[in-house]
Order: sequence, then C-alpha cells, then structure tokens
Amino acid sequence: MDSSNLQQPGIFAGLLAIIRRDLLLAWKRPGDVLNPLFFFAMVCTLFPLAVGPSAEQLTFSGPGVLWVAALLSTLLSLNSLFMSDYEDGSLDQMLVSPQPLPVLALGKTIAHWLISGFPLVLISPLLAMTYRMPSAVMGILMLTLLLGTISLSLLGSIGAALTVGLHRGTALLSLLILPLAMPILLLGANTVSLAAANDVYGTGIWALGAYAIASISLAPYATAAALRISNE
Amino acid sequence: MTAKLSANNLTLIRGESCLFQGLEFALNPGELLLLEGQNGSGKTSLMRAIAGMLSLESGEIFWNDMPVSGQRQEFHGALVWLAHRTGLKGDLTLVENLRFEGSLRRQAKTDPEVIYERLGITRLKRLALRSLSAGQQRRVALARMLMAAVPLWLMDEPFTNLDREGRQLVMDLTQEHLERGGMCVMAAHQDIKIASPIVRVRL
Amino acid sequence: MWKFFHQMASPPYFYRLAATLIPWFAIPGLILIAYGAYAGLFLVSMDYQQGDAFRIIYVHVPSAYLSMMAYMMMAVGGGIGLIWRLKLAHAVGAAAAPLGAAFTFLALVTGSIWGRPMWGTWWEWGDPRLTSELILLFLYFGYMALRSSIDDTAKADKASAVLALVGVVNVVIVHFSVEWWSSLHQGQTVFKKGTMDADMRIPLFAMLIGFSFVFGAMLLRRLRTEVLFRERRTRWVRELVLSPEGGK
Repeated sequence: MDSSNLQQPGIFAGLLAIIRRDLLLAWKRPGDVLNPLFFFAMVCTLFPLAVGPSAEQLTFSGPGVLWVAALLSTLLSLNSLFMSDYEDGSLDQMLVSPQPLPVLALGKTIAHWLISGFPLVLISPLLAMTYRMPSAVMGILMLTLLLGTISLSLLGSIGAALTVGLHRGTALLSLLILPLAMPILLLGANTVSLAAANDVYGTGIWALGAYAIASISLAPYATAAALRISNE
Repeated sequence: MTAKLSANNLTLIRGESCLFQGLEFALNPGELLLLEGQNGSGKTSLMRAIAGMLSLESGEIFWNDMPVSGQRQEFHGALVWLAHRTGLKGDLTLVENLRFEGSLRRQAKTDPEVIYERLGITRLKRLALRSLSAGQQRRVALARMLMAAVPLWLMDEPFTNLDREGRQLVMDLTQEHLERGGMCVMAAHQDIKIASPIVRVRL
Repeated sequence: MWKFFHQMASPPYFYRLAATLIPWFAIPGLILIAYGAYAGLFLVSMDYQQGDAFRIIYVHVPSAYLSMMAYMMMAVGGGIGLIWRLKLAHAVGAAAAPLGAAFTFLALVTGSIWGRPMWGTWWEWGDPRLTSELILLFLYFGYMALRSSIDDTAKADKASAVLALVGVVNVVIVHFSVEWWSSLHQGQTVFKKGTMDADMRIPLFAMLIGFSFVFGAMLLRRLRTEVLFRERRTRWVRELVLSPEGGK
C-alpha cells in the first residue's frame, strides 16, 4: 500500500464537508427550510386571533408568544435531524468515519441551525412588528433568538439522537426536550419583556450567551454518545 | 504495513439470544475473512462489532495488536465499510456524494474517472442518486470504497443487487485489493472464487 | 475493594443482600416518620403567621428533598453504568425514576395545599420552587417515556443514562433561571429562610431521615424486582423460582 504518504483530512475539513453536504441537501429540498418558518409565522398569527387585537395585550404578550413559537418551530424541525441519515445508512457511515463523531454531530447541528434557526431570527422582526414591538426592542429580540436558537438546536440534537429510529419519535422528542429547553425560553422571553419595559435586561443576555457557549462545547459529545447508543 | 486484525473470545448477545460465543480469528495482510452463515446468524452483527458499532458482551478486537477501543479514530481511518444500506444521499449526485466522502477519509491517488470507468458508472455522474437502479447505486458505493486509501475493507453482502458481471467485478476488485496487501472481511452466503488465502468463520 | 464492588454487583448476591437490608431501612424509617409526624402535628407550637398550615412542611420538605435525590441517583447510576458498564447501576436508575416522580408529585401536591391559605389559590406561578419542581416532574416523565419506548434493555439503559446526565446539569440551570424569573415578577415563596426554631427543626430532621430510609427500602424492593426481571433468562433465577421457598 502506498497510502502512507497521504494525509487524513483534518477535523475542520470534515466539519465543513458535513455542513456543506447538509446545506446542499436543504437546497435541493427547500420544504425542509420553509416549513418550520411557516409554522413559526402561523403560531404567531394564531395568538392575536385567539385573544383579540387589543394593542396593549399584544405589546405585553408579544415577546412570550414569539419565543414560544420559535421554541416549537425549532422542535418541529429537529425531529428530522438524523432521521434520513438513519434511514439511508449515512449514520452508520458517520459512526465508522475516521472523523471524530462529536465533530460530525456538531457539523450537522450547525447546518440544522443555519437552515432552521437562523432564518427564524431573520424574519422575527417582521412578526414582532405586527405585535407592535418598538424597533429598539426588536434588536434585543433578534439577539436573544440568535443565542437561544443555537442552544435549542444543540440541546435538541441530543434528543434527536436519543430518539432516532424509535417509532414514537416526534411526541417523545418533545417530551424529552421541552423541560430541558424551559430555561432558554424563560431567559429569552423575559429578557425581551424587560427590554420592552425599559428595564435592565443585561443578565438574561449574558446567561443566554453562557448557555450557548456551554452547549456548543458539551452538547456534541452527548449527541455523539447518544448516536452510538441509538445505533447499536 | 504490518496491519493485522484479530479478535479473541468475542461474545455478543442481542436482546434475548446469544449470536456467538468465544469467537476468535486472526487476519493478516493479503487474506480474506469470510463470514459464513444463514440469514439472521449474526454476520452483520459481527461486522458491526468489528467496526466498533456494537458493544460486545466479552472479548476484544485488535488492530496492530492493540485494542480497537483505545484507537477508534485510527482504526476507522484504516477501514471502509460497504454496508447493506449504501449510506449515500439520494438527492445528491454521484460526484457530490463521493466528494463528501473524500473530505472525511484519506483518498487514493487514482484518478476518479478511471474508477468510474471500471465500474461502468461514468455516464451516471450528473444524475441524482435516487434515479439510479439499486445495482447502479451499489456500484457507486463500490466506487466510494475504491477511492478510499485504506487497507481494510468490510463488505456486508457485497453481491446484493448486482448482475453476474457485477458480481465478477466485485471478486476481481477484492482479489486485486488482497494482492496489493489489503485485507477484506466479507459476509456472504454464496460461493466466493478468490485465489488468495481465506480465513473462514462459520456462524 | 474492587472485588467487593464486583461481588456487590453480582445479581444473585445483590438480590439476597437487598432482602436482608430492606427491614434495616424500613423499620427505623417508619419509627422516625411516626415520631416526626406526631411531634410535627402535636408537639410543635403553631406558627404565628401561618397557623397550622405550616405543619405540612413535615411532608413537603422531605418529599421535595427526595425528588431531587432520586434524580441525582438516576444520573450517578447512569454515569457509573456508562463508564464501568455496571448493569446494576443502570437498574438503579430504572428503579428510582417512578419513585422520584411519585415524590415530586407529592411535593407538588403538598406545596399547593400549603400555599392555598397564603395565596388564596391552589397554584401560584410566582413561586420559584414549585415551578422548578413541576419542571422536574416533566424531566421524570421524559426519562420514563424514553425508557419505555426502547425495547432492548441494554440500549434503554444507556440512552436514559445520557438523558439523566444531561438532565441533571439542567436541573441546576432550571433552579437558577426560575429564581431569577420569579425575582423579576416579585414572586414570593412561602418558605422562609433561617427562621426555624430548634423544636420545629428536630421533627423535620426526623422526617427527612425517616423518609430517606423508607425511600431506601422502597428502592431496594423495586431493585430486587428489576434484577429478577432482567435476569429472567438466567439459571439462578430459574432455580430460585423453582426452589421450595419460591423466590423468597
């Protein structure tokens, strides 16, 4: 074998490769990107229809509604994170890959966030506007959603890895992830509310940032362990 | 390369049943490990265990006389797995699929076009994989295997979905790989005509 | 030392050991609870603010304590099971989860009864501890749901261990974030810090220890069943069941 002089691709190459592949797949199936966005917009529409269009009420509940909608929409898209890889055997190939599994899991989660979380952050001001949110607060909303959806995607990837290949996937995934995600919702929505009330809101931003950093550094390991277990 | 794959005292229990117990083998460069047995006898499970995807009840698998569990990344860098499910993305084209694989694993210096030509898939290059037949998809999976510069091939039922010419091609490719000093672990329930030394494991 | 642990972890040995240990947990536990209940209800004087309502802390606090202890045990058991591949440690998680959920539920119910005269309502979202406890209950539900939806025991063990470990990190985050959240909304808790008299504290300690012992006895009992079920194909279980004592 004359292969000894050839280099094994580094982990960064592997990370980029899996992100690129998943983005390419999403590009070929735009429904995967758009469905969670439509869902997000629709949940935000349901609320004023249910409680009435009173401006005062909408301003008051806007941050909470937008955040709950974002949480549910992320959850909805998480179910398919490893599903197709499991079905077509790509997950098996990931498990025997010379790349560390946490790196591949992180790559898949980053791609997932770019496809589902990031667009959601981008369209959130549009929906916030219908809730009469002042434009100064919209920045805070986007910042909290940015940090929060990163954490949600990473946390959710653990749940998705634990439930991949199980029949009752969707309902079970929600049951596993929602209680874990509650602190993110609580921090995010209340920070926006504080900002809207011209109060001090720094604590929440810092806490969300810390949560995001902690999940980036820890969640991929848990996801990798869960993938190995689920695929035994 | 002095790579050598061996195992001692492997026991695997799946659910209620014990698939194998006290299983041993040793494989040297240029040899084929043939796993024989009926459907459900545990060939695929043994192969998954060798690849490190199943936790064994007892026993250890060694690569270069060192336990695989302590050098998973290195071991995975030395093998490629042709599984029952191809692990290729139906929405992507052949080239897109193989380029992704190429970023994960050390690649041979052979020109990809030569490999495509040999496998008869050159004209399928720009098509989405889902529009190909099962046999053609299997040839793409073979291309991925050939492009990886690794000494160990794990092949789970490599002849599935292939016509007679395709089956002969797999045997030729295996033979060439073994002659180059490579190693193969193959699960098959049909006759293998290969001139290299064969280590048989009956399950 | 290692030999001792391995012997402990051998299912037939543990099965017999647990049987001898159960009375040693159950009897002192019940005595302490009996004393704590009597002292709490009759000996301790009435609280000048809350009247007799506060007496429910003698059930509420131990339940809340055990609800968290049980989760810790699941996580520690899961961690040990994953690292040292001890099957018995995984069984601890399986046995502790329903107990933990039951104590969480008890803590919620007693907390709600306690709060009723104070808040004038059965449920007050502003109370951070009850809210955390509710989230904990959902964490238990998730754990048990994951376990029950995986058929293969070994796989269910490992998957739920990962979940318990992720969850235990989260319990801490839940605690602090809910505290922060309730401080924003001027939520108030009925728990007062550091204002308890000694004669109130002693029955509470008795209850805490008594509850823990009884919990230990229940856990051992559940573990025995769990071990028996997991080992149902083995020879020692068959011999045990067919023996004249019939599995005693």
